[in-house]
Amino acid sequence: MPAFDHDLVIIGAGPAGLTAGLYAARARLNVLLIEKAVPGGQIIVTDWIENYPGFPEGISGFDLAEKMKNQAEALGLKMETAEVQSLKLTPDVKEVVLQEKTIQAKSLIIASGASPKKLGIGEDRYMGKGISFCATCDAPFFKEKTVVAVGGGDTAVQEAIYLTKFVKKVYLIHRRDELRATKILQERAFANDKIEILWDTVATGVDGFFGIEGVHVKNVKTGEEKTLKADGCFLWVGTTPNTQFLNDLLDTDAYGFIRADARMQTSVPGVFAAGDVRDTPLRQVSTAVGDGAIAAVSAEHYLENEFT
Amino acid sequence: MTDKIIELDDDGFEENVLKSEKPIMVDFWAPWCGPCKAIAPTIEALEKTYGDQMTFAKINVDENPLSPSKYGVQAIPTLIFFKNGEIADQITGMVAKEKLEQTIKDTL
Repeated sequence: MPAFDHDLVIIGAGPAGLTAGLYAARARLNVLLIEKAVPGGQIIVTDWIENYPGFPEGISGFDLAEKMKNQAEALGLKMETAEVQSLKLTPDVKEVVLQEKTIQAKSLIIASGASPKKLGIGEDRYMGKGISFCATCDAPFFKEKTVVAVGGGDTAVQEAIYLTKFVKKVYLIHRRDELRATKILQERAFANDKIEILWDTVATGVDGFFGIEGVHVKNVKTGEEKTLKADGCFLWVGTTPNTQFLNDLLDTDAYGFIRADARMQTSVPGVFAAGDVRDTPLRQVSTAVGDGAIAAVSAEHYLENEFT
Repeated sequence: MTDKIIELDDDGFEENVLKSEKPIMVDFWAPWCGPCKAIAPTIEALEKTYGDQMTFAKINVDENPLSPSKYGVQAIPTLIFFKNGEIADQITGMVAKEKLEQTIKDTL
């Protein structure tokens, strides 16, 4: 038997990982949570969350993350800041390779989340200079200016509405002829004078010297192309899983999201996936929290069956 | 003993940053920015390690609009690393502690 450092290692301190950590700590497992940046995950950049039950007035993403972190730590969860480089998975031991050491665990929960997808329209050149994925971070820099928001899901529509508190006008461009966002958000967007929706339209590029001056768009039905004069371009066109360390060790769907069953068990026994990194039909705080709880209990069962 | 993170304003920016003898990292932040608050403990921890070799400073972009505009800052948190009055490196958005530490080492 290898000399194990931990019963369970959790990768990622978003809502899924923090909930898994909370359950594992209460189960008195020897558990470590590893986070590469700061606790909270994507909700850190969410200005307002009003669909997580228990907060009738809504709550800022940052505050919710703080509360989740404090609750898990109060129950005994230990956390470490490090970026996972790779994994080594055998039936006996799950190894988590960090820059400075390798951790040996009996079981693993991957809750590394997802990141905003790029469109390849110049994000690297213009990131922080007009292109943004975070309205709550960057909207105030575009006071009384015109911006483009790309996407049609919940995030795109909610953040476009948030942008109107600051900007003069938002062009919301969406590649289809209807929004996918939940109806209450659609109603608010349609009623907002500052939002003009361009249907069947995609962004093809941006230009500008210091920052953005224009966003090139194309109507996918008519083929018509034009340039919208705008100072900023916010992208919310879905997410891509944070699995750079995975190296095809686990089954994934076509987009790289980790396949797991109803018990959050992946294709490798003892390795579980939870939250946005999983191939799940809905990516919300509420679903991530549920995933995290199930993954922790499944890990506990696995440890009982395999190691006692 | 190391210095704490110093608070800059537009008026003192040139004097404190461009004429700084030590390399200096300037954190452009604002109170309404969740990621800025989230990254602050990481910066404080790195200040404890590198504070004697590099000055750590922050500037509130709400109260001081001139400096962010001068350096084209349109997103926060933005960290700009100055050495001998010139920009040595720049990081925008949330980053892992390791990346931040590497950038500090590269600047020094």
